[in-house]
Amino acid sequence: MLNTSPVLEFKSSTFFAPILILFNNDMAAIEEALQDKISLAPEFFKDSPLIVDLRELNKQNQDLDFTQIVQILRRVGFFPVGIRGGNEQQNKQARTLSIPLDTVREQSSSISIGETQKQETAPQPSPQPEVPVAKQSANPIPAPPASAAATLVTQPIRSGQRIYASGDLIILSQVSAGAEIMAEGNIHVYNTLRGRALAGVHGNTAARIFCFDLQAELISIAGDYKTSEDLNKQTYTSPVQIYLQNHALIIKEIA
Amino acid sequence: MARIIVVTSGKGGVGKTTTSAAIAMGLAKAGHKTAVIDFDVGLRNLDLILGCERRVVYDFINVINGEASLNQALIRDKNCNLLYILPASQTRDKDALTQEGVGKVLDELSKEFQYIVCDSPAGIEKGANLALYFADDAFVVTNPEISSVRDSDRMLGILSSKSRRAERNEEPIKEYLLLTRYDADRVKLGEMLSLEDVQEILSLHLLGIIPESKSVLSASNAGIPVILDEKSEAGQAYADVVARYLGEERPHRFIDGKQGFFRRLFGGRK
Repeated sequence: MLNTSPVLEFKSSTFFAPILILFNNDMAAIEEALQDKISLAPEFFKDSPLIVDLRELNKQNQDLDFTQIVQILRRVGFFPVGIRGGNEQQNKQARTLSIPLDTVREQSSSISIGETQKQETAPQPSPQPEVPVAKQSANPIPAPPASAAATLVTQPIRSGQRIYASGDLIILSQVSAGAEIMAEGNIHVYNTLRGRALAGVHGNTAARIFCFDLQAELISIAGDYKTSEDLNKQTYTSPVQIYLQNHALIIKEIA
Repeated sequence: MARIIVVTSGKGGVGKTTTSAAIAMGLAKAGHKTAVIDFDVGLRNLDLILGCERRVVYDFINVINGEASLNQALIRDKNCNLLYILPASQTRDKDALTQEGVGKVLDELSKEFQYIVCDSPAGIEKGANLALYFADDAFVVTNPEISSVRDSDRMLGILSSKSRRAERNEEPIKEYLLLTRYDADRVKLGEMLSLEDVQEILSLHLLGIIPESKSVLSASNAGIPVILDEKSEAGQAYADVVARYLGEERPHRFIDGKQGFFRRLFGGRK
């Protein structure tokens, strides 16, 4: 019986992790700046995995002792799990510390850590949601996972129908009252939107809804919603874009 | 191969059975051998509208269960010998319908008939789903009233997702709109949705507008499909519908209501 069930399995998956970009090699200044940041949101940073980005420093030819920075990071409560843009010496130090190297992709926004590499490193908390990462790093907002291409719908979406897209959702026909369209990314409706539209359903606050004729029963971005009762009369039946700003849904007419 | 038409609406009381009887008669009158099936198992009505209730011996469920042959159950219409009716069972319920059984009956009918009209029950449950499952064309019967429009919209969603054509990724069911019980005067007064209001939501190919007419009720009670009452507006409207469905171009009538003699004389009220 026992030898029928496998002991292990390898799977591939994507994680989001904050990236720490260093602009200066002054260790004391770095530690102080980190403490300041952490004091703002201690729970958020506690035991957080972290990738150290040394590209900027190395561009400026400022040298930095990677072993030392790892000590500082661990002391203030981070788990450094990767290095990118390090020079030969820093990469060697990282290898000694069992910290995986990341080959820098051109302006790639998200970093994935291979499962096999991850297992060598210190225990990791569950992956952070995508949004705080965006706040933390200077990089653009991580793009949705590569599998999430845009979904195109040309048929009318009738009452009672539900459409779910793991990326962006583009609809060319009308969306009837009583229909529900959901996307992890943006929603575009190039026609009348009468049903419910929910964008950024996995918490992507940067998602937007665009529609030619707003008559929706409900609109929602990353869980913040408005029902038709709360919709402004002025934007009703107008072409609009809807986005989130400080947890408020902004409905703006598109000229 | 027969063309299978489902007459459906979602909502009850909008005129599905009246429409089924009228268009089946119209198609038969136009020379096409037509069968009309009552899918409203347990609430048998079609036989009344077609005036053959006293000739029902076997029904649809008997055929599905193999208790009678199709030829035993089919009733030939007394007004048109190209029209046959397959009545529903009054003593059973929708659970007696099976997809396999319905498919078998339709296959067998397809060999002999040119058109098969399926009179769907109201609702979106088993009876309605099976009535539309095998369809090639759908006549969506809608009243100019918001709940009927909403239910029709829901039905259109089901037509495009739960039919055999959808499941097999074939060409989708052709959907047609029939706006019934339309009262142009009440539309003018703003009491009833207009054709544009309905089309704004449904945007379907309009096959015809059937005006609200006293002749529909009297025809139903007499057991004569209203299409045979050539003097009535509803009868003429259904004749137009059948002609348009068969490919004839006919201008739409009854949208603006009739211009009575006195109204023409005095310029109408407003």
